Amino acid sequence: MSDASALARAAAPDAPRARAFRAATDESPLVRWILVAVAVTGLLVLVGAPLFVVFSEALAQGWSAAAKSLSNRDARSAIRLTLTIAAIAVPLNAIFGIAAAWFITKFDFRGKAVLITLIDLPFSVSPVVAGLCIVLMFGANSAIGGWLVAHDLPIVFALPGIVLATLFVTFPFVARELIPVMIEQGRAEEEAALTLGASGWRIFRTVTLPNIRWALFYGVLLSNARAMGEFGAVAVVSGKIRGQTATMPITIEMLYNEYLSVAAFSMAAELTLLALVTLLLKAALEMRHADQLAAFRRH
Amino acid sequence: MHIEIDEIAKAFGATTALHPVSLAIPSGALVGLLGPSGSGKTTLLRILGGLEYPSSGRVLFDGRDATGLTVQERRAGFVFQSYALFRHMTVFDNIAYGLNARPRASRPPGAEIARRVTKLLDLIQLPEIGRRYPSQLSGGQRQRVALARALAIEPRMLLLDEPFGALDAKVRKELRQGLRHIHDETGLTTVFVTHDQDEAMELADLVVVMSMGRIEQIGKPADIRACPATAFVRDFITA
Repeated sequence: MSDASALARAAAPDAPRARAFRAATDESPLVRWILVAVAVTGLLVLVGAPLFVVFSEALAQGWSAAAKSLSNRDARSAIRLTLTIAAIAVPLNAIFGIAAAWFITKFDFRGKAVLITLIDLPFSVSPVVAGLCIVLMFGANSAIGGWLVAHDLPIVFALPGIVLATLFVTFPFVARELIPVMIEQGRAEEEAALTLGASGWRIFRTVTLPNIRWALFYGVLLSNARAMGEFGAVAVVSGKIRGQTATMPITIEMLYNEYLSVAAFSMAAELTLLALVTLLLKAALEMRHADQLAAFRRH
Repeated sequence: MHIEIDEIAKAFGATTALHPVSLAIPSGALVGLLGPSGSGKTTLLRILGGLEYPSSGRVLFDGRDATGLTVQERRAGFVFQSYALFRHMTVFDNIAYGLNARPRASRPPGAEIARRVTKLLDLIQLPEIGRRYPSQLSGGQRQRVALARALAIEPRMLLLDEPFGALDAKVRKELRQGLRHIHDETGLTTVFVTHDQDEAMELADLVVVMSMGRIEQIGKPADIRACPATAFVRDFITA
């Protein structure tokens, strides 16, 4: 974008001529104006308005009512649970995602296409179905589930089940971000490091990881957002026990169904804020490392 | 180091990249593997460097069987076609990479590494660029940095894959002399791959002409010019 404005400034002295000779890829001012209007309207209606409603409803009875609804025991437990799930699921997903992307891009083997499709499976399967599968596999009525419950290690209606459901739903994010980047970069740098005598682990640390860190970062952010916001799969697995297995999205639904709109929207606003914080973090990092990002794209 | 290639063959699945080929490379020679694309020359080079394992045959370094050695154990300085510089590291760190990667016991101290990198930057006649990143260099500069990085590990041989492939004609000529100079200075056995017969004829002591996974002729440039062994060689060197 800064390039474009620099060009515009450079072209400024002969502006009258520039108007006569429009670049081939430029649209007419009218078309440009319409496109901008459509984009801005879409953003306002679909993103801006709901955000505004969430915060205005949350604060409908003032700050203290909102704060009070968030400070009771069940609300605090929901927030803690959601953050715990994200803290477990996101790092695990980062590791699985790196391993899957590494395996797919650095080796040639039969059945690669099948594996890529399998990684995408959570995108196409409804989260509710995924939740049901976990209940059927680990529920008290199944062989594994019965044994686990007997040994006081319940999976369904407990934290492990919610983590499993979240892992399933967020699995593709990191791998999907990494695979195209790693394919584009190829194996040449790793091979070069090999010929220079580096061991496999050293190559991963000093060559592979630095080259994929931005894609990894985006994948982690997306997967974190989804982990905190997941509803369907978690709703089936958690049993929605207040103060124990109710995550933030589930608590929001329960409060809303009970006509506790200030409490519901306060919780929703808090969840939205968590998402906005991750977005701000991303923007801040991008600004700080703008030169590095540009170097990566140019190369 | 004397290199001997003994009946090396390579197949990728159903396709044969190399029929059994044999070749002896005398110590300190500058050898050009010349041929069109698909002739198996890059495959042969990668087998020497240990990046590819042969389907059959042996490689001998100074008379010792080296076929099973890993890439790291071979200590071959390898210059890749697109240079494969580490894009997130400065030129200095790129060149120092091989020294830093050594096990602690044999790793030189920091000051010694810095001294060697500076010496290599002088050797490639780019003493001022240590702090730059690869994306800030011209194609010719990148090629020379890749060469310095390969030399930093004190290699036993130097292997170059189309070292001048991506450069314009003028830079190519300069770098050819640069490589000749570095070869004469270090005395390293050097093998380079090229599809450009001028380059092979001008630079190499010994030219190996390859086609379709076979060696067509091995000889000094003048001998190959004077009496091409096959119709293919005659066509290829006059093209």
